[in-house]
Amino acid sequence: MTQSDPVIWFIIVGLAVGSFAIRFSFLGLLGNRQLPDWFLRYLRYTPVAVIPALIAPMVVWPEANGGNPDAARLLSAIAVVTAGYVTKNVFWAILAGVTVLSLGLTVF
Amino acid sequence: MATPKTAFRKGFIDGAPFALIVMPFATLFGAIGTEAGLSIAQVMGFSVMVIAGAAQLTAVQLMVDQAPTFIVLLTSLAVNLRMAMYSASLQPYLGAAPLWQRGLLAYMLVDQAYTISVVHYENNPDMTSTERVVYFVGVVIPILPVWYGFTLLGALVGQAIPDGYGIDFAVPIAFLALIAPAMRTVAHIAAAAVAVVLGLALAWMPYSTGLLFAALAAMATGAEIERRYLA
Repeated sequence: MTQSDPVIWFIIVGLAVGSFAIRFSFLGLLGNRQLPDWFLRYLRYTPVAVIPALIAPMVVWPEANGGNPDAARLLSAIAVVTAGYVTKNVFWAILAGVTVLSLGLTVF
Repeated sequence: MATPKTAFRKGFIDGAPFALIVMPFATLFGAIGTEAGLSIAQVMGFSVMVIAGAAQLTAVQLMVDQAPTFIVLLTSLAVNLRMAMYSASLQPYLGAAPLWQRGLLAYMLVDQAYTISVVHYENNPDMTSTERVVYFVGVVIPILPVWYGFTLLGALVGQAIPDGYGIDFAVPIAFLALIAPAMRTVAHIAAAAVAVVLGLALAWMPYSTGLLFAALAAMATGAEIERRYLA
């Protein structure tokens, strides 16, 4: 990371203030006003929309492998998703991913 | 019969198991943050002031990717937009509390606290406003110290982890572990699939802006499928 300390702190405080504003919004200021249905529908999908888009390139083109696809990391990603989907448990998902990655990095 | 004291105790008991879920995430964020080059104070700054693991990891990843500051903020806050929904759905239950209490509750409004509390309020419609506030605080009390403490532990451990060992892949693993259990409906799966495809297809766009387009298209996909087929 090459950002200077003031920039990093700016990001931390900006994210803190923004997150608080989002959480405080209806509880604190907007009161009982109803959000339009379409807007609520969009909000429901923000995490599953933003996060996969963010990490897909990291899985497919990992920088640690010179930006080329790498079997260990791809298999690890598949293991996390499968375990997470089946068990609905974050802990097992992480464990599956780490195990497959360690094995994969040894084998390949 | 429910006094504020019993409401607090009930909240504490309901919240305690979730402290265990928070542990790996807090540790991971601490380790990844210091690995990425943040100081311990900055890592703790994130966890104490923001308290939102997914948004924090997003910010750190984009900072590592040298994304411009406003893209870092915009994308990380987008991850937190779901909390506007929490805020709106808690309003009927907690809206009558004094402003300072609502401010405090907003600071502590994390995924686990929302999910636990809203279910409890629905099942116990006779609770007074004070009991609801106290219950919420009870839920959060076992979770927050664990979040802070294990972030610190992770930050200290992270400084000790040498490069290599596939530590670069901790972020994708953490995110995938967070997202996979959230694939509850076809709409969620379709949204994630669009996000993956467009996230890859638009990765060439400068300053991580492709991410924003991919996420918008994915949100629209999820929302539209829900409206047409699941509503």
